[in-house]
Amino acid sequence: MDVVMLSRLQFYATSAFHFLFVPLTLGLSWIVAYMETRYVRTGDETYLAMTKFWGKVFLINFAVGVVTGITLEFQFGTNWSGYSAYVGDIFGSLLAIEATAAFFLESTFIGIWIFGWQKLSKKAHAGVAWLVAIGSNLSAVWILIANSWMQHPVGYTIRNGRAELTDFFAVITQEFAVLQIIHVLSSAFVLAGFLIMGISAYHLLKKQHVDFFSRSFRIGIVCGLVGSLVVAVEGDFHAKDVTEKQPVKLAAMESLWETTRQAPIYLFAIPDEENGRNAVEILPIPGVLSFLGHGDFNAEVQGLNDFPRDERPPVLLTFLAFRGMVALGTYFILISIYAFIRRNKLLESPLLLKIMLFSIPLPYIAIQLGWVVTELGRQPWIVWGMMRTSDAVSPIAASQVITTLVGFMLVYSLLGFAGYYLIFRHAKKGPSLEAA
Amino acid sequence: MDLQLIWFFLWGLLWAVFFMTDGFDFGVGTLYPFIGKTDEEKQTMITAIGPLWDGNEVWLVAAGGVTFAAFPLVYAVMFSTLYSALMLILFTLILRGVSFEFRGKIDDPRWKRLWDTCIFVGSFAPALLFGVAFANIFQGIPFDGEGVYHGSLLTLLNPYGLLGGVLFLLLFLQHGALWLGIKTDDALQGRATRVAAMVWPLVVVAAVLFLVASWFQTNLYANYLAHPALFSVIAITVLALLTVRVFIARKAWFKAWFASALTIVGATFFGVIGLFPNLFPSSLDAAFNLTARNASSSPLTLKIMLVVAIIFVPIVIAYQAWSYNLFKHRVAPADLAHDETY
Repeated sequence: MDVVMLSRLQFYATSAFHFLFVPLTLGLSWIVAYMETRYVRTGDETYLAMTKFWGKVFLINFAVGVVTGITLEFQFGTNWSGYSAYVGDIFGSLLAIEATAAFFLESTFIGIWIFGWQKLSKKAHAGVAWLVAIGSNLSAVWILIANSWMQHPVGYTIRNGRAELTDFFAVITQEFAVLQIIHVLSSAFVLAGFLIMGISAYHLLKKQHVDFFSRSFRIGIVCGLVGSLVVAVEGDFHAKDVTEKQPVKLAAMESLWETTRQAPIYLFAIPDEENGRNAVEILPIPGVLSFLGHGDFNAEVQGLNDFPRDERPPVLLTFLAFRGMVALGTYFILISIYAFIRRNKLLESPLLLKIMLFSIPLPYIAIQLGWVVTELGRQPWIVWGMMRTSDAVSPIAASQVITTLVGFMLVYSLLGFAGYYLIFRHAKKGPSLEAA
Repeated sequence: MDLQLIWFFLWGLLWAVFFMTDGFDFGVGTLYPFIGKTDEEKQTMITAIGPLWDGNEVWLVAAGGVTFAAFPLVYAVMFSTLYSALMLILFTLILRGVSFEFRGKIDDPRWKRLWDTCIFVGSFAPALLFGVAFANIFQGIPFDGEGVYHGSLLTLLNPYGLLGGVLFLLLFLQHGALWLGIKTDDALQGRATRVAAMVWPLVVVAAVLFLVASWFQTNLYANYLAHPALFSVIAITVLALLTVRVFIARKAWFKAWFASALTIVGATFFGVIGLFPNLFPSSLDAAFNLTARNASSSPLTLKIMLVVAIIFVPIVIAYQAWSYNLFKHRVAPADLAHDETY
């Protein structure tokens, strides 16, 4: 493998790992702040116990998320120096603003939240929880603005042999960014909600801490249901936006080869990239793809064969990842509705509880797949239509990247194993009795 | 308004603040296995930096981010030429970060020993390596006009680079030991402050050697000779270092720590001022030097970033100062009893 592939692999591995932890941080930060606020408002000790129990899950997860984020910032310089030099004028400033305006906030106040229980009034401490949530989510907002610029560059001009900023406001308010922000922040709620429901289900199945976990479960239902509905509605706008701005990505997501009017969606298809067609396609639903892309069943949708081969993303993986994500997203809505219906009869619904326990990994998978669609679907570009990934890599030796790739595998295995072991152990143990 | 000049010094300032704040975390982490004799003392040491280290480390992210935003070409060439050294720093910082959170969660000696080791390595290695990296930047890095590095990790471990590493390490050890003087009491405080007194003469020796070696190995003094008033920065730094010893003798730990902080900022600026206008000089040919003039972002980006910095940096400093004030007390046994702390 050459430096480009190795660096791509390393960036994929490290960002995918990072994003195992980030969504839970994003979603759970609001939930914990809400729980603590309820405690301050009502004086109900169960809410305090909830804050502490779910707060501990949050903190273990937060630690891994934070330390693995720096890796990504570093890699733009270490592995993608061509990219950094070419677009740093715009992309670099977004990362710098993220650090200054958001990352400081979450990192400073997380320390105060952990150690400040005795130092601050109850109200102030709950306020700190909100600041952590705001800081974490604002961080994500800036990073997503930066990522959206790679997907759909705006507000720039090519000057002095690089991309230079011309309209900062256009960069931070573009539609692609707004949609991506809504998508990521609400899917984080789904993940956090399902984790809460899953862990609660474990204890409810054992009929222990029933009041504590029934109430937690119901908070989880709200997050899962509202989050998954928002993702679905936003996803519709998102698909239309992608159709307009990245038509070849949409074609790969649906494995559509020929430009067609009334483009159907095939319930089952197997792409054949070699021959530019689908090896198998059965059960078409006519016009649905046209409708998803353009809001009109008769509209024309561009197929992959309209684009030169060297401007197409890898079809099979993009297609499968998109399918998987959508299927899981649909499942989240349905099961959340069912959970909502059964919300006051949780103990009498062992099947639901079992399903929710085993559903914990699913939002993780859906979010990972979503990033595969977004980032693999962006290839062969590092910045859509502007710079190819192969032109962006640093002048470094493959042996250097292999060494660090192995290093990341070792260090991240340790982190992942230890982090999830701690969360698992804590989740299984349940809330401490003295706090409850 | 000379935006490039302003950003050059803000760039230096961010690194200086990072070394000043996370520097004592590195010091405490390096001393950790040696002066934390019991588990309670170890926990006390972690709690002494626990509420603050994360916010301190963000100064590194900000310094990196500002390098990226204000001087993209420097970011690209610096990070790719120093690939192995920076990755090593990164790995060790990652391990340090999770160790604080993980260590106390399971009461098992083997589990704790694993994360204790990571805390030490994750403090010692960055302290040393940041010094090595910056000393090498001061004397120039062997890279060509295409940004290709002609050397290896070992190239950086030359005598001057190592001297820089040792100087940083000693400065941070002193800084961390004095922080423990503020934050702990009894036997632990006694041990920490004895270390501070012991390390101080070593810092002086390393600093003198570094100042002399810089004369022969680098062009740092050119700016000072051109503008002799700048020598006052060196004078203030030396004075701050001497003051550290005075306050140690008086057992005025906070004042000694403050003087030590000033020493670290001064030491960073000694190099930054000497570098100007270079940010990343090449040792192969001065024509390849990346400077504030030839490697900066567009005026618009520099302007927007300046507005962001003027608004947010004071806010950040304000809430971090509040946080330092909130946790200025000595760590008491009651602080260790809480479930959610480290």
